[in-house]
Amino acid sequence: MSASSAFNDEKGGSSSVGEPEYGHDPASGGIFSSDYKRHDDLKEMLDSNKDSLKLEAMKRIVAMIARGKNASDLFPAVVKNVACKNIEVKKLVYVYLVRYAEEQQDLALLSISTFQRGLKDPNQLIRASALRVLSSIRVTIIVPIMMLAIKEAASDMSPYVRKTAAHAIPKLYSLDPEQKDQLIEVIEKLLADKTTLVAGSVVMAFEEVCPERIDLIHKNYRKLCNLLIDVEEWGQVVIINMLTRYARTQFLNPNINDDDDEDDKEKKAEAATLAKRKPYVMDPDHRLLLRNTKPLLQSRNAAVVMAVAQLYFHLAPKAEIGVIAKALVRLLRSHSEVQYVVLQNVATMTIKRRGMFEPYLKSFYIRSTDPTQIKVLKLEVLTNLANETNISTILREFQTYIKSMDKDFVAATIQAIGRCATNIGEVRDTCLNGLVQLLSNRDELVVAESVVVIKKLLQMQPEKHSDIIKHMAKLTDNIQVPMARASILWLIGEYCEHVPKIAPDVLRKMAKSFTNEEDIVKLQIINLSAKLYLTNSKQTKLLTQYVLNLAKYDQNYDIRDRARFIRQLIVPTEKSGALSKYAKKLFLALKPAPVLESPFKDRDHFQLGSLSHLLNAKAGGYQELPDWPEAAPDPSVRNVEVKESVRAVGTVTYRDTGALWGLPGPQTMEGSEGCSQLDSASGSESGSGSEESGSGSESDESEEGSESEQESEEDKEEDKKKKKKELKKPVRESERLIILHLLLCRQTITPCSASKSYELLHRITGEGLSVEYCFSRQPFSPDGNMVAVQVQFNNSAASETKNLHMEDVKLQCGMRVKEFPEIGEWWGEAATAVMGIDFCDSTQAANFQLCTHTKKFFVSIQPPVGELMRPVFLTENEFKKEQGQLMGMNEITERLTLDAKCRNEHTIVQRVTTAANLSRVPCGSDKECRFAGRTVTSGSLVLVSVVTKEEGAAQLTVNCEKMVIGTMLVKDILLALTQ
Amino acid sequence: MIHSLFLVNASGDIFLEKHWKSVVSRSVCDYFFEAQERATEPENVPPVIPTPHHYLISVLRHRIYFVAVIQSEVPPLFVIEFLHRVVDTFQDYFGVCTEAAIKDNVVVVYELLEEMLDNGFPLATESNILKELIKPPTILRTMVNTITGSTNVGEQLPTGQLSVVPWRRTGVKYTNNEAYFDVVEEIDAIIDKSGSTITAEIQGVIDACVKLTGMPDLTLSFMNPRLLDDVSFHPCVRFKRWEAERILSFIPPDGNFRLLSYHVSSQNLVAIPVYVKHNISFREGSSQGRFDLTLGPKQTMGKAVESVLVSSQLPRGVLNANLNPSQGTYTFDPVTKMLTWDVGKINPQKLPSLKGTMSLQAGASKPDENPTINIQLKIQQMAISGLKVNRLDMYGEKYKPFKGIKYMTKAGKFQVRT
Repeated sequence: MSASSAFNDEKGGSSSVGEPEYGHDPASGGIFSSDYKRHDDLKEMLDSNKDSLKLEAMKRIVAMIARGKNASDLFPAVVKNVACKNIEVKKLVYVYLVRYAEEQQDLALLSISTFQRGLKDPNQLIRASALRVLSSIRVTIIVPIMMLAIKEAASDMSPYVRKTAAHAIPKLYSLDPEQKDQLIEVIEKLLADKTTLVAGSVVMAFEEVCPERIDLIHKNYRKLCNLLIDVEEWGQVVIINMLTRYARTQFLNPNINDDDDEDDKEKKAEAATLAKRKPYVMDPDHRLLLRNTKPLLQSRNAAVVMAVAQLYFHLAPKAEIGVIAKALVRLLRSHSEVQYVVLQNVATMTIKRRGMFEPYLKSFYIRSTDPTQIKVLKLEVLTNLANETNISTILREFQTYIKSMDKDFVAATIQAIGRCATNIGEVRDTCLNGLVQLLSNRDELVVAESVVVIKKLLQMQPEKHSDIIKHMAKLTDNIQVPMARASILWLIGEYCEHVPKIAPDVLRKMAKSFTNEEDIVKLQIINLSAKLYLTNSKQTKLLTQYVLNLAKYDQNYDIRDRARFIRQLIVPTEKSGALSKYAKKLFLALKPAPVLESPFKDRDHFQLGSLSHLLNAKAGGYQELPDWPEAAPDPSVRNVEVKESVRAVGTVTYRDTGALWGLPGPQTMEGSEGCSQLDSASGSESGSGSEESGSGSESDESEEGSESEQESEEDKEEDKKKKKKELKKPVRESERLIILHLLLCRQTITPCSASKSYELLHRITGEGLSVEYCFSRQPFSPDGNMVAVQVQFNNSAASETKNLHMEDVKLQCGMRVKEFPEIGEWWGEAATAVMGIDFCDSTQAANFQLCTHTKKFFVSIQPPVGELMRPVFLTENEFKKEQGQLMGMNEITERLTLDAKCRNEHTIVQRVTTAANLSRVPCGSDKECRFAGRTVTSGSLVLVSVVTKEEGAAQLTVNCEKMVIGTMLVKDILLALTQ
Repeated sequence: MIHSLFLVNASGDIFLEKHWKSVVSRSVCDYFFEAQERATEPENVPPVIPTPHHYLISVLRHRIYFVAVIQSEVPPLFVIEFLHRVVDTFQDYFGVCTEAAIKDNVVVVYELLEEMLDNGFPLATESNILKELIKPPTILRTMVNTITGSTNVGEQLPTGQLSVVPWRRTGVKYTNNEAYFDVVEEIDAIIDKSGSTITAEIQGVIDACVKLTGMPDLTLSFMNPRLLDDVSFHPCVRFKRWEAERILSFIPPDGNFRLLSYHVSSQNLVAIPVYVKHNISFREGSSQGRFDLTLGPKQTMGKAVESVLVSSQLPRGVLNANLNPSQGTYTFDPVTKMLTWDVGKINPQKLPSLKGTMSLQAGASKPDENPTINIQLKIQQMAISGLKVNRLDMYGEKYKPFKGIKYMTKAGKFQVRT
């Protein structure tokens, strides 16, 4: 204790006069009770020059704000501290400022210069926070300053600042909507941004400011799709929702050719004619969106899962929607609020697409511990899922629910049973009987609900169920619940023709107990007597008179009125008007049977997952989900020019690189600023990748590259051009070689020559010596596990070259090289040598130095995956047998559209065998081509089959127990067949 | 997006408000209170309430309502998920998320809310980033801060937000490098009167506590990954790797996090660890009811069933219960009619039972509803689905970490209908 107080004194003891208990917790109850009188000392504390006192004061002020107390009179004292050095004081001042600036506009202006200074700070985070606070101050006078700051920040070096700029856009827009045009320019600029950090925020700004400007999205569509998986969760939700809308305007309805059984015939016919006109082919961009959002169903964030689910529901072909069911069912385990929202959406989905949730029927079974609102929603889903096959299980389940203690839920169950009965004819009688039994329930609510439901059911087919009406008539002796009695009486009155004998008797009993009945029952007795009088006046005339007389003197004026009115209407007197002629029509008109349908019907015209859908009413700011266009708009609008290439290295994303963890290399070549965030990552990750050494990057690169190439033609073009562009940049020699390789490896192999040469050493770098190599596909005789590489030397230099040999071979572990014998001297143009390399079944490069008598060159040889195998001969049966054993994970299947020039068997065979060193396997069908080979090192079997279908569609299947080889081979062959 | 946030306690007081855009009067909460009154149970307040000018979206956690005010269209789940994230963050910071804890740390709460949303749009929700921005209060730090006048706000501006690995802070250092993984499975089941399973599924999670220096890259593989029917991942998990090889590969966040949740739904795979023999009956006309309950182990793979707790909501007509447990203790709350029996461990040789009578309201007729029995239990060192971790490897760092894995099975929503 003493030590601490000594320390206090030494520190200059902020335990000053005004504040005796120093350790006083600023947030503890004390300050809440102390309000206005203390403001003076708060001001004093804020004016002091000690940070600790200021902090103390600010904490107390923030606590006041949090409690909703007014602290606006402290504004001048607080705003002075905006430039305080202490970072926490500063932050709390910001909090205060943002809260009260609107009320004290003039004083708030005092702080602006501080932020303007902050905007120029070299530290990106300070720039960002200055912009953030500046844009949060809602003072109209600074709109121009904000506009300027946003524009500047939008072209800031740091992606974080650009993100903040995107956040500032909606703030400025809400402050002054007149700035819209200028803001759209900024949005357009930010939409082109390549970083994941900015993407979510700018789309948010887009949605708030100019959701109608769908044209701004075209150029960024593919980039957004590709970045999506690495955007932060909240951004993902916004982007997915926006892209759903976008896709609805740009692509064709994928289900147009399907016979939608829910649709009416007219539409069907219309769709059919449309289908005849034009067979549906999915736009590759539409496919891209579906493919890139699918993994997000695995997100931990329920909002993301829901967003993907609605995207699939609104955009996917019918056959593919099923995938979302599993993910949505998973969300049912989450918090009850999440369940509530998910169930609402599932309820809507089940109406249109019942099949997809049917396998999960049991996941919607109700537990007694569920809150009532969840129970009711689950019930709704179960009812929607009911069909002829599962109705018996569902009804059995409903039977248990009826015994629940939660009466609201029981009532809802009875309604549900009623709906099942109307929808599924087979069980109508069972349901009716069950419901009739419920009439003896003690709970008024249950009985009332049952009677109401029975009434509705009977209205559908009254003639068939006169026995039930009879049964209900008997119940009048026992049932005491007025609502139920009333309903029964109505039924008997309505269908008195079906029970001509019983009805007068019931009226007789009722007349007897009339005076003791509840009001609603009395009213129905009057109704019954009136109807009977009209149909069977002989028997009931006196009874009716009696009842009407009783009613005439009832205490309730409603009943007296009703009696008077009915008497005038049905009993013909001289005074009675023209209406009495029509009494029968009035009372016994055919009443339409009520339709029992789901309240969720037709809710799907709202975008699922939206607030408007949940409330079934349009919420402010809701963007309608447009209908599919009749004809697809021009897809080329989404093509991106090379200059604004979006498929930059920045899109080689964290999750994409899944298969190989280190990703050093490519980014360092890319000098652009947009990649700075990746730079930092690769910096931190390069530690992990260091063991892999530089050569690892090549295989990474090539894999990424080839992966991207599948995505679309344009990307491919772009990629290549990009690589070429990169070549022009001054890069290190070895890297340049790597790029050269990649370029060469990637180019389509000319079908004429089986072995294609790759450059090992360029003439210029080699100072006259150029070296090329090719995979000769000959067995390498000294060692069967090696790939033979034929090297060809050309000397165009003036001087002669001697003693050509290899040195300093650097290999990945396990790899081996058999060097070519030294070439002492050679004359003439060219010389060839053969070397062997055991690549260990990987596409890792072999690096070595090529030495002449004077110089050394670093070179490397990287094999395309197709060269890592040698052909084997299999019979058709052997092939089938082996293929059967390499199923599951060892099998990769891809659908593709064959290149126009490559539709016949001959070219297919040629292209596949050029891409990979495989031999053809005989096959009975001319629609299928099969190939087999074994990897050179391990001898694992590689089986390839290409099945062609109509119009160039084909399916490629690769079976290989080495999955990496298999994946890469698929890509290579795919490329060979589609180009 | 999110306009304002109000925190409302169980007695209906607003004890904290925060506005991200212009101020919304707290009177908007009156609509919420109305809805609260209409709902009989606290959990029946609808999560989304429309009012003339605003929409209120609320979640209930730890008996506090977190009411968000929004003004225009926004996916409701977006807001709900965010509010839950806020609660999780508070829990992470203060250990508990109670009214007292929030009031005690009102300044930190305010600073957190300020960082989590910008103009109503989520900004930083990763706990690792937030902890760099605002240090969680500890007793020691509070002491030091009061003495030295230093602050809870990080001096260093966080770099995590700028990297592609936003969930991990940089410059992590530990002297003991350790990585622990808990595989926790919960059985959700409904058992019908006769003892047959109506529905059963397993919900599992892998929670991790990773304290490793630097930027480790971990891979976790399972012996039987095909068991997992449906999975959801922490954003750190590389999805493509999982798709291709069924291996979890990730750069972990620092500290505690949920790596994976999964679902095993195939019914025949779900072992039901206990059975219940019950006889709960009321006779017409008498004011007595019989209660007889016996528990026994079923498919436990030789492991002991522990911490068994049985609870049941008895019908409203029951006035009192006079029961005799063979082991453990039972309580009956005559107001809520909730019967709880703390059984403890099940001894297969001597099965625990609870027998006796219930007294009913005199003259009242026999209740027609049957109570359901909820069971909680724990089985240590076993994942009931049979999921097994094969190995954990670390790349990217040189040291050898200490690795640990623990399995546990619990009953989730395990109900027996009578």
